[in-house]
Amino acid sequence: MTKDLLTLGNKTFSSRLLTGTGKFASKTLIAPMLEASGSEIITVALRRVDPTADQGNILSHIPDSVTLLPNTSGARTADEAVRIARIAREAGCGDFIKIEVITDMQYLMPDNYETLKASRILAKEGFIVLPYVMPDLTITQQLYDAGAAAVMPLGSPIGSNRGLEMKSMIERIIEISKLPVVVDAGIGRPSQAAEAMEMGADAVLVNTAIATSGDPALAGKAFAMAVMAGRMAFCANLAGKNHLAAASSPLTGFLGE
Amino acid sequence: MSFFNQVKEYESFDFKAHFDSILPEDVQRTLNRVDTQVRLESYDLLTLLSPAAQPFLEPMAQKAAALTHQHFGRTIGLYAPMYISDFCSNHCTYCGFNCSTDFKRTQLTLDQIEQEARAIFDMGIRHILVLTGEAPAKTPLSYLTAAMGILKKYFSSIALEMFPMDEDAYGKMAAAGADSLTVYQETYDQKIYKEVHPKGKKADYEYRLLTPERGARAGFRAVNIGALFGLGDPGTEAFMAGIHAKYLEQTFPHVEVSLSLPRMTKAEGGIEPKNLLSDKKFVQCMLAWRLFMPRLGINISTRESALFRDRLIHLGATKYSAGSKTDVGGYAVHTKDTTVQFEVTDTRSVAQVSRMIQDSGYQPVFKDWEIF
Repeated sequence: MTKDLLTLGNKTFSSRLLTGTGKFASKTLIAPMLEASGSEIITVALRRVDPTADQGNILSHIPDSVTLLPNTSGARTADEAVRIARIAREAGCGDFIKIEVITDMQYLMPDNYETLKASRILAKEGFIVLPYVMPDLTITQQLYDAGAAAVMPLGSPIGSNRGLEMKSMIERIIEISKLPVVVDAGIGRPSQAAEAMEMGADAVLVNTAIATSGDPALAGKAFAMAVMAGRMAFCANLAGKNHLAAASSPLTGFLGE
Repeated sequence: MSFFNQVKEYESFDFKAHFDSILPEDVQRTLNRVDTQVRLESYDLLTLLSPAAQPFLEPMAQKAAALTHQHFGRTIGLYAPMYISDFCSNHCTYCGFNCSTDFKRTQLTLDQIEQEARAIFDMGIRHILVLTGEAPAKTPLSYLTAAMGILKKYFSSIALEMFPMDEDAYGKMAAAGADSLTVYQETYDQKIYKEVHPKGKKADYEYRLLTPERGARAGFRAVNIGALFGLGDPGTEAFMAGIHAKYLEQTFPHVEVSLSLPRMTKAEGGIEPKNLLSDKKFVQCMLAWRLFMPRLGINISTRESALFRDRLIHLGATKYSAGSKTDVGGYAVHTKDTTVQFEVTDTRSVAQVSRMIQDSGYQPVFKDWEIF
C-alpha cells in the first residue's frame, strides 16, 4: 500500500485523528495527549486564547509540529466568523480555520447558511476552510463550490458522546462529496470513530471524549488506533461495505444460460 | 408570551402540598429518566427539589458530575466583581445598600474605574462583573457606557449587575462593550416581593422579572439569573428560578443561561432571613438544576465559604468569583468608610482559588470569551 495521506488544502497528514484543546482538567495534559495519539491537527477556540497570559496561554502547550486549527467558536453570524478568522491569522495561528457558526447554545447546532457565507469569503482570502455543518448534501456541494478544504458534518450533538446518529446522512455525503469528509462532534468511543472511518470518512475530530476521560493520553491513543483500524478496513475494501451484500453463491445459477 | 404568564400559572399552585406528596419512587423514576437520557420536565424538577429527594443526593451528585464533565469538561471559569457605585434609591429591606441605610455613598470616577480595572487585571482576571446600585441620576447611561469603554481595554468579557434597564439602554450598553447580564429576581413570590420592596422603582415585580428577556433581545450573549435565598421558600424559589432559566433557554437558544444561588446568611440590612437555605438544600438545588438543564451555567460567589466552595467544584458548578471585593473601590482606590454589599466569606486570592481548582483536578479558565 502506498502511503495513505490525508490532504487538507496544501498540507498532507499521516494521522486522520483531529483533536481539540477544550475541556481538559489541565492544559498540561494536551501535549502528552498529542504525543500519544499522534494527532497532527488540533483545534483551539480563539476566544480562549489570552496572549497576555504567560503560562496560561493555551498555544504554548501545543508543539510546533502540530498544525493549529483555530475555530470561530462564539460566532453567531458569517461576519463574526470572518472577523475571528482574520484575527486568528494575524495572531500567527496560520491559514487553517474551522468555521463554527452556532446559534443554539443547548446542542451547539451549526447554522449552515451563515457557515457557507463565511466559507466563501474566507476561501477567497486564501484560508484553508474546514466548515462544521449539519450533514446535508446541498451544503456539501456548495462548500466545494465555495472553495472549502473539507466538509465536517456532525455525527451527533457536540459533547453528546452519542456516536453516529446521523450515520445515513453522513454515508450519503461520503458517497457524493468531492471534499474530504471529517466527521466532527458526538464521537464518544473509539468504536464509533472506527465505524466512521470504515464507512469511508477521511478523518474524525474527537475532543470531549478524550479531554474528559480519566487518562487523555491513553484515550487519545485508543482513538488513534481505532481510526487507523477503521481506515485500513475501508482501504481493504472489506466485504459487506454495500448494504446489499452479494451472495457468495449465485441465487439464479440454476437458470443456466 | 413572557415569563410572567408562567409565573401566573403557578400563582394558585400549592407547592408545599405537592412537595410533601412526592414519594421516593417518584424520585427514582426521575433519576431513571436521567439515566436513559430522557429530557426532564418541570414536574421532574419539582420532584428533585422535594424533601423525598434528599436521601438521593449522592446518586444525584454522581449523575450531575457526569453531565457537567460531559458538557463543560473539567473546567471552572473565573471572574471578579467590581462595584463602581453604591448610590441607591431602592428600599430593599434585606440589602446593605438600601437607601434608608445611613452610610457615606461612593461612586468611582472614570480614572478610579481604570485604577480598579488595572488591579483586577493584574490579579489575572479577564472576565469582569460590574455592579452599581439603582440610582440612574448618579449613574446615567453616559457614565456607564464611558465605564464600559475603559473596562473593555482590560477585560475580554464584561457582565452587568445593575438596575433593570429598557431594551434600548441595554442595546447601548452592549454596543459600548458589555456582553452579559446578571439580574436576580430576589424572590419569585409576589407577596413577599412586595413586602421586601415596599416602594421605589424596584417595587415593580413584572418589570424586574422581564429584565433578562429585554437583555437577551438587546443582544447580550449570556444572562445569569437567580433568587436571593432567604426570602421565600427555598424549594419554590429554586423551582421558579429553574423554569425561568428553562424559559430563557428555549426562547433565546443563542443565549447562554446560568443560575446563581446567592443566599442570605444573617441580617445584612436589617431583616432576619425567614427561610435560611441550609448547605444540604443548597446542594440539592444545584443538583436538581443540573439534572434538569445539563448545559446550564452555575455560578458560585465568595458569599460561600472556602471549604464549601471546594466541594461544590464536583457538584456541577461552572463559574467561580475569586479575590472579590464587594465595596466600591475595594481593589485599589480604597476610599474611606465604604460599606460592603455582602460579607465575602471566601477571602482567598485569585491565585489561591486557582490553585484549589487545579488541585481538585479542574482547569481554571480565565478567558472564555472575547468580542472580536
